[in-house]
Amino acid sequence: MIFKGLAHIGWVTRSWLADIGHAARLFVQLLSFAPDCVRRFGLVRDQMHFLGNYSLAIISVSGLFVGFVLGLQGYYTLQRYGSASALGLLVALSLVRELGPVVSALLFAGRAGTSLTAEIGLMKAGEQLSAMEMMAIDPVRRILAPRFWGGVLVMPILAAVFSAVGILGGWVVGVLMIGVDSGSFWGQMQSGVDVWQDVGNGVIKSLVFGITVSFVALRQGFEAQPTPEGVARATTRTVVMASLSVLALDFVLTALMFSI
Amino acid sequence: MVVLRDLHFGYGDRPILEGVTLEVPRGKITALMGASGGGKTTVLRLIGGQYKAQSGSLLFDGQEVSQLSHEQLYAARRRMGMLFQFGALFTDISVFDNVAFPLREHTDLPEAMVRDIVLMKLESVGLRGALDLLPSEISGGMARRVALARAIALDPELVMYDEPFAGLDPISLGTAARLIRQLNDALGLTSIVVSHDLDETFAIADQVIVLANGRIAAQGTPDEVRQSRDPLVHQFVSAAPDGPVRFHYPAPSATQDFGLQASGGRP
Repeated sequence: MIFKGLAHIGWVTRSWLADIGHAARLFVQLLSFAPDCVRRFGLVRDQMHFLGNYSLAIISVSGLFVGFVLGLQGYYTLQRYGSASALGLLVALSLVRELGPVVSALLFAGRAGTSLTAEIGLMKAGEQLSAMEMMAIDPVRRILAPRFWGGVLVMPILAAVFSAVGILGGWVVGVLMIGVDSGSFWGQMQSGVDVWQDVGNGVIKSLVFGITVSFVALRQGFEAQPTPEGVARATTRTVVMASLSVLALDFVLTALMFSI
Repeated sequence: MVVLRDLHFGYGDRPILEGVTLEVPRGKITALMGASGGGKTTVLRLIGGQYKAQSGSLLFDGQEVSQLSHEQLYAARRRMGMLFQFGALFTDISVFDNVAFPLREHTDLPEAMVRDIVLMKLESVGLRGALDLLPSEISGGMARRVALARAIALDPELVMYDEPFAGLDPISLGTAARLIRQLNDALGLTSIVVSHDLDETFAIADQVIVLANGRIAAQGTPDEVRQSRDPLVHQFVSAAPDGPVRFHYPAPSATQDFGLQASGGRP
């Protein structure tokens, strides 16, 4: 009984270590194919277009509603201290530093990440990746790497769209509906948001989230069991793992950024 | 062209090939036959370097496949073409782009020349007129012919066919078999055909190898294999339900499973 338990622990540990090893090897491969992706940038551009288009609508609409809510909640809090004129600054900082990168990454994982996993998983199930290998074409180089770099590069753009639309949403609620002074709204935002400290941190976050979500989605697809159930399970795992990774990394990055 | 010597391979604890020795002569069509799960497709995957043998030797044109580096393996694969059972076409691009795919990836040919080569390859499989269709718009038989055009796009020396006749109607089946023979002779290829279809395969093969229980049960010309006295080969060639290969998977007795009394009466 004890030996059986020990053997099981050993087996689980070994599988876990092998899993980490495979993931690390795939990640290094994807990074090492960056020069190929630069050389054939058309493949990356196509993926950016595809993944960006996929997520643009949901990200814009979500950004607008988040901006509405920030306008309302921000005004409610700030007017207690007589600082309602700082509403623009509050909305912009919340979006650019935090909500823009995080929420757009979560939406990207749900929309484009699942599509990446399903696409790669179905290519595997349909032997398309095997066929490519037999044509002496590395599927990691030709299929996975352009999708990975496309996802990484499109993420900051989507986060920027989210933040921009969110700020507009905050302006609609704060200025047009509640009556906060328009000059204060934009003026405080302009003087209070630092390009490097605030926007730069947001861009770094969204790049890290882009790497995380794209890698998780591609790996889940690449390692999926080549069956309908296997692809379905991999797609679900993408959403769970990518979302949790984004939230955990957000905490780590925020802590690092505040400590520097 | 391909030589296997005392090759062993298995999935986990389940052995698939146990000491297989065979030779695929250059310029000929070799048919690999046998019951399902007998390791025929595994042999193709081993030749293509997608699987690694546990022991034994596998030579492709004198090179030990298991010892090739990544670059050497990919160089060897450029000299091979493989037709997958269901074609494995890229579903989001047209028939033309599927056939052009290996050309665009491996060569710097101008687009006009790529177009000419693709049209020639499609013409050789009778599908020049289908170049603009998507894989979802063609039948299974046509998809396999497109996949064949793609497999020969880079003029390989060895073409491996995995179940090229499975699920084809009689007209497509005869056409596909003749096509394999014609391409082999016209392009000077070496072909390995994995198939269950006795008549069509025997009609085009120069050499037939029957795999059973992880070993070679018979090897020779189609006539020699047809006349084999080996019970397993005889059962396979005559499509007999009874013989060394059982129809029923091992199970407890029907009496026990259905809850009947051993005497044969009602419970």
